[in-house]
Amino acid sequence: MNRVIRWFLFPLILVTVAALAAPLAAQEIPAVVAKAEQTRIAAIAKATTSAVSVFANGGRGGGSGVVITPDGYALTNFHVVKPAGSAMKCSMADNRLYDAVIVGIDPVGDVAMIKLLGRDDFPCATLADSDKVQVGDWCFAIGNPFLLATDFQPTVTYGIVSGVHRYQYPAGTLLEYADCIQTDASINPGNSGGPLFNANGDLIGINGRGSFEKRGRVNVGVGYAISINQIKHFMGYLRSGRIVDHATLGATVATDENGRVIVSNILESSDAYRRGLRYGDEVISFGNRRISTVNGFKNVLGIFPRGWRVPLEYRRDTETFETLVRLSGVHSPEQLLAKIQRPPQQGPKPNPDKPKEKPEDEKQPPRRQPPRPQAGPAPKMPAAVAKYFKARRGYTNYYFNLLNRDRIWNQFQAETDCTGMDGKWTLSGTIPNRGDVEIILDTNEIRADFPQGQVKVDLTKDFDTQLAPAGSGGLLVALQVWKKLLTEGPTQFGDVHYLGTAPVVNQEGVFDVLIGTRNVVETRFMFDSQTGKMIGLEMYPDLSVDPCEISLSDYRDVQGRSLPHLLKVRYGNNDFAQIKLTNYALPAASTDKKNP
Amino acid sequence: MNHIKRTRTCLCLLAAACLLLASVPSYGQTNSFSTVSIGVQSKMVKIYGAGGIKGLEAYQSGFLISEQGHILTVWSYVLDTDYITAVLNDGRKFQAKLVGADPRLEIAILKVETDRVDFFAPKTAIDLEAGDRVLAFSNLYGVATGDEPASVLHGIVSAKTPLDARRGAFKTTYRGPVLILDAMTNNPGAAGGALTNRDGKLVGILGKELRNALTNTWLNYAIPMSELNQAIDDIMAGKTRPRSVDETAKRPERPHSLHKLGILLVPDLLTKTPPFVDRVRSNSAAAKKGLKADDLILFVNDRMTDSCKTLKNELSLIDQIDSVQLIIQRGQELLEMELNLTDGT
Repeated sequence: MNRVIRWFLFPLILVTVAALAAPLAAQEIPAVVAKAEQTRIAAIAKATTSAVSVFANGGRGGGSGVVITPDGYALTNFHVVKPAGSAMKCSMADNRLYDAVIVGIDPVGDVAMIKLLGRDDFPCATLADSDKVQVGDWCFAIGNPFLLATDFQPTVTYGIVSGVHRYQYPAGTLLEYADCIQTDASINPGNSGGPLFNANGDLIGINGRGSFEKRGRVNVGVGYAISINQIKHFMGYLRSGRIVDHATLGATVATDENGRVIVSNILESSDAYRRGLRYGDEVISFGNRRISTVNGFKNVLGIFPRGWRVPLEYRRDTETFETLVRLSGVHSPEQLLAKIQRPPQQGPKPNPDKPKEKPEDEKQPPRRQPPRPQAGPAPKMPAAVAKYFKARRGYTNYYFNLLNRDRIWNQFQAETDCTGMDGKWTLSGTIPNRGDVEIILDTNEIRADFPQGQVKVDLTKDFDTQLAPAGSGGLLVALQVWKKLLTEGPTQFGDVHYLGTAPVVNQEGVFDVLIGTRNVVETRFMFDSQTGKMIGLEMYPDLSVDPCEISLSDYRDVQGRSLPHLLKVRYGNNDFAQIKLTNYALPAASTDKKNP
Repeated sequence: MNHIKRTRTCLCLLAAACLLLASVPSYGQTNSFSTVSIGVQSKMVKIYGAGGIKGLEAYQSGFLISEQGHILTVWSYVLDTDYITAVLNDGRKFQAKLVGADPRLEIAILKVETDRVDFFAPKTAIDLEAGDRVLAFSNLYGVATGDEPASVLHGIVSAKTPLDARRGAFKTTYRGPVLILDAMTNNPGAAGGALTNRDGKLVGILGKELRNALTNTWLNYAIPMSELNQAIDDIMAGKTRPRSVDETAKRPERPHSLHKLGILLVPDLLTKTPPFVDRVRSNSAAAKKGLKADDLILFVNDRMTDSCKTLKNELSLIDQIDSVQLIIQRGQELLEMELNLTDGT
């Protein structure tokens, strides 16, 4: 027995003494507290390097932001950059002031992307998975409250996560905060656009709003951050230099007396209607989230850009249906432009490009406001910024749209250069178990032999009325548009712009999307940013009908260029055909290649 | 043999180290209040009732205090309706009944018809001192709906002190001890929320929106449960509940009446006409004690009088030789008075 006591007690005493000595050495601070303190200091030190204080040129206010890539792309709020215009100054904790240029804006989500200039090794934040954030987690905001960072050093405010998946109704007609993170870390005017970090110093959101109401415009312990997962969905769109819109399902929902979320209204022209959703159906899940409240439904709707396809599960009586629904835009391009217009200011000349109509919310009689310091006319854009800016109606900065369009096209062209190969293309192959196929894409017409018969398209007429073969949604027209993009490139094809990134059915991840308009049809071309290959296209004869979808794969060499040999064609809810191509007969490339 | 001893020594060292590590909470365990939050959320209730006009939110917070569905909340205009809705944390919606209220502490207890719910036992609430960490749970600004969880704020107890506050131009009735917090709990809809310690143990109830009487700043405070437990017992025991009008209780031969006390109420036209004073007869017992027209009689001898009928009934149960304790609301102010027939003429 004595031996047992000796064997056990001796080491126990040794370990206990060692453990107790540690806090004593740290001036009676328990080791667990000292460790937590060091972890917190390290997290703040790491996070502070990526924080940005935004100052609008000409004394037009400012806010906060955060750098997310080494080449200087940064996030902030739309309402921070709105008064600043297209160029601004940004300070960082390294005591340097950088020029920055606007890239893209999401006015409804209150997000803006800017690019800091002058370095390609900016310290940048690590993006966390904000769906893993839990109520009660520690978090901290870094920013420029009350524009205090005139010494370039940002302010850190610590708190906890008070709520997740919060829905905040639009303020006025825009600025809807869906699926946001609520925190009691102090968020004050000037913190807008700044980062909210988790306890590890990883980015979980962009601060931008608070519940103030009768307490005045200072923090009352209720701040909201746009979740970084929402912004990840919009990232490609923001990089496109466009004014990005949010989405609608084309249906509204309400809670019934049993607490079920049911469809209370639906547009017959919506994709949701075409996919089978009807008035009175119960929404079970949306965007892979279980839906139990109207807020929950709006949260999902708020985190996806227009044009994305989102899974929807609904129940009618006892039967459950699962489908993918393509989300449409909330606003028309003109409505969106009108809503983000700044009210005319004294000084600068009116911009002839701006629409003359005032947005609806500005037609109200003006409310009495306290006098504000008058900002002067917008200063001239610095030369260092001007070379990164290109104005075009409908875009915040067309420079970045061209940059991405050319990036995608050049990468694609590296393996699939068909420039100047206009002329007759003959595609031969089979539809397994159904028969042979031959498609001749000629100069003025398309002739095709399918197992079900011969079809033709007259290329001198409007494409939207020639959607042969039947049931394909316009396969031949889609192939013609595809051929024209390949042979002419985006500069000769017509209007081709970069949409951003979007998911593709049955594919992991998101893909770059170019949109081109030819004749009267609009086509979306999807590219894999890793391989550079075009992995599919969707041809819309009209934006209110289903497109002809073609998945392109099995790329093989054809006379020195890589072309797809498997075309999966889908229209609406049905697979039309899988075409295995065995041969491409192509004309020789003309010598006067037109490079984009 | 030595080899065996060494192995035994190593094993004992390992066991001792494991014991020690198990007794010290790791940083990971203390790094988030998420587990604590989940434990408390199941007891939180969202309450909806009267209001909705400018500046008067139609919602407040509450928490379950019994397995049978009793809910503790603050006594406010939100409860001034027959249609009080209580939404539990799991999203279940109930029409709640007002069990009773204490106008001095400004608390009320509601009841929903359910059982086996998670609840805070008021008697097990703990006391905190200045410097202690707290978590405040409430549905401030009505942010959460349905099964969405209440908001959580963190902070510390800044001070434990008697309440010296005002609402509008009037000082509050409750002047007892409160916990002053550095968390911003004084927000619309937060009143009635639960204050817990860092482990989720109940400490107090978040108070109504008030300003410091001296500095005019908004006060973030909670009333400790130890101040409320007696009142909770009384309300749960039905001591503040109005007695049924047709109750066959024995009545005194010479009871009090409104006429004898010199009180004329507004015409009783509704099912539950609030007992507002229309006129007070001069030189009557009521006039002598300062009762005025437009006063609302809330309690008679600590029993709620939510209508002209219940007020008349309560008076009919009190013998003329006994005094009548009234709690009345005059504007935003709560007044108490004791009427004796011998005072009037």
